[in-house]
Amino acid sequence: MATAPQSGIVELDVRTDEMLVNMGPQHPSTHGVLRLVLRTDGEIVSEATPHIGYLHRCAEKIGENLTPRQWIPYTDRMDYLAGMNMNLGWALTVEKLLDYDLPEKARHLRVIIAELNRIASHLVGMGTYGLDLGTFSPFLYAFREREKILDLLEDACGARLTYSYLTPGGATADLPPGWLQKLTAFLDQFEPVILDYHALLTTNAIFVKRAANIGLLSAEMAIDYGCSGPVLRGSGVDYDLRRDGETRYTSLYADYAFEVIVEKNGSYPRDHEYPPVPAEAVLGDCWHRFYVRMLEVIQAISLIRQGIEKYSLSTGDWGTPIKLSTKLPKGEAYLETECPRGQMGFYIVSDGTGPIPRRARARSSCFSNLSVAPELIRGCLIADVPAIVGSLDIVMGEIDR
Amino acid sequence: MSQKQVLERLQQRFGDCVTRVESDAIDPWVEVTPDGLTELCRYLRDRDDLRFNYCNSISVVDYCDLDGKASKAGWAPHLEVVYHLSSIPSKRTLVVKVMLPRWKDDVAGQLPELPSVSGVWSTADWHEREAYDLSGVWFTGHPNLQRILCPEDWVGHPLRKDYEMPLEYHGIRGR
Repeated sequence: MATAPQSGIVELDVRTDEMLVNMGPQHPSTHGVLRLVLRTDGEIVSEATPHIGYLHRCAEKIGENLTPRQWIPYTDRMDYLAGMNMNLGWALTVEKLLDYDLPEKARHLRVIIAELNRIASHLVGMGTYGLDLGTFSPFLYAFREREKILDLLEDACGARLTYSYLTPGGATADLPPGWLQKLTAFLDQFEPVILDYHALLTTNAIFVKRAANIGLLSAEMAIDYGCSGPVLRGSGVDYDLRRDGETRYTSLYADYAFEVIVEKNGSYPRDHEYPPVPAEAVLGDCWHRFYVRMLEVIQAISLIRQGIEKYSLSTGDWGTPIKLSTKLPKGEAYLETECPRGQMGFYIVSDGTGPIPRRARARSSCFSNLSVAPELIRGCLIADVPAIVGSLDIVMGEIDR
Repeated sequence: MSQKQVLERLQQRFGDCVTRVESDAIDPWVEVTPDGLTELCRYLRDRDDLRFNYCNSISVVDYCDLDGKASKAGWAPHLEVVYHLSSIPSKRTLVVKVMLPRWKDDVAGQLPELPSVSGVWSTADWHEREAYDLSGVWFTGHPNLQRILCPEDWVGHPLRKDYEMPLEYHGIRGR
């Protein structure tokens, strides 16, 4: 086999007392096929270079050969843990280009589905983060609850993992009869369980020791590196696209009461009900990124409850999907939505010659979130590397595109 | 300040470098020449009343005349590098575009050059590497411009419209 030229900054000039350590591409704590090349001096990591691209599935190239509705299933295979949110992003972008307005019922349906998927995604993020830090049971408990959400999504769209439901123009079908009752029953059962998760992880002394004051990311650096989602808000930046984004997206959430989960003046919204921030934790560390996700699960429950009520009261229908071969007008549209992992942006460019876009681009949140990892890892212990990478909650399918 | 005013102000401030302003598009955009790009970006980031401190995305669109549709659709073959910016303090967005020839000096294989903005926003570091890897734009002044998604020794830039998949790579059959 021919040898490929060595790449990256780390590989060059290694001192004799230093060592190069490869973490991944198949290491369980790298959350997918991520290869981290670490330059270590004893236990201290002096430099880290992430190598991505092992999954590289050419999603953008495929998008430039399919019509927008045909590309919907590919978008949810990018971030396979939050497929519905990805569908939503692309659907809204196409609607922005077509200047299509949604009926009210479809808007509430989208909020319910997107927030439900957000819970499922954060549960995986939480469970696997516990796994990274050496505890196994929270992982099982998280997946137990996630299964119930997947059952609900399966009822709605017919698939368990590769679910794609939201589509340009609305959704592929209405919610099945009795689905909302099942959803309410699930929420009632799930809400008290979250306190167990907090007891298992958030306030657990070992967990706090391993996550607090590790991988500090300042607000300026988070913005400079284009971090988004819980990574950005964990650093104390009050920015959430559901409130601050484009009108086309924020109008979905316009009638909903919610507060952005971010630390303000030393406390989080709803701080009184859930465990307080431990004294060791510093704003912008791994613990805060985890905590923001945990609180967002509770917030999503409240949003779904509001959504159920609004959906039942609203008249009209759940939307008509656009035709597979709808001709795209000349123009371009870019829209970002707040996915569980951060801001997921889609960019569609049409030259007006047919139904296939000239450019279908996905700006993925994890791509930017991961690019800050070398800064966070520099100078930490090897054992902290999984804690830092895990706290970014990456999905490689989204990064590799 | 509305988006329109931002665009007008950029046109006044940068005069010759800003070659086109499209304020009626779905996402209003401003076109800048490659020479004026870094200065404009720095201005956008640093001015207190603009503060475009967040670079969302750097995309490249390839306009290539493969099937002869170009003359009908009314454009000439070129590359467009599109910068989507937003400002966290003021919650505004802005699109900056740079037009490039598909190949430098019209020699096929010579990548067109564009100054890097990775010194302005650190996000641009990886995004420019991706743009170079997939669409073939050479960013001058980038600290580490290497392929990021494809292997180091990959030939060609997959998101170019006229890209042809290699028939063989290290003994692996291509198609």
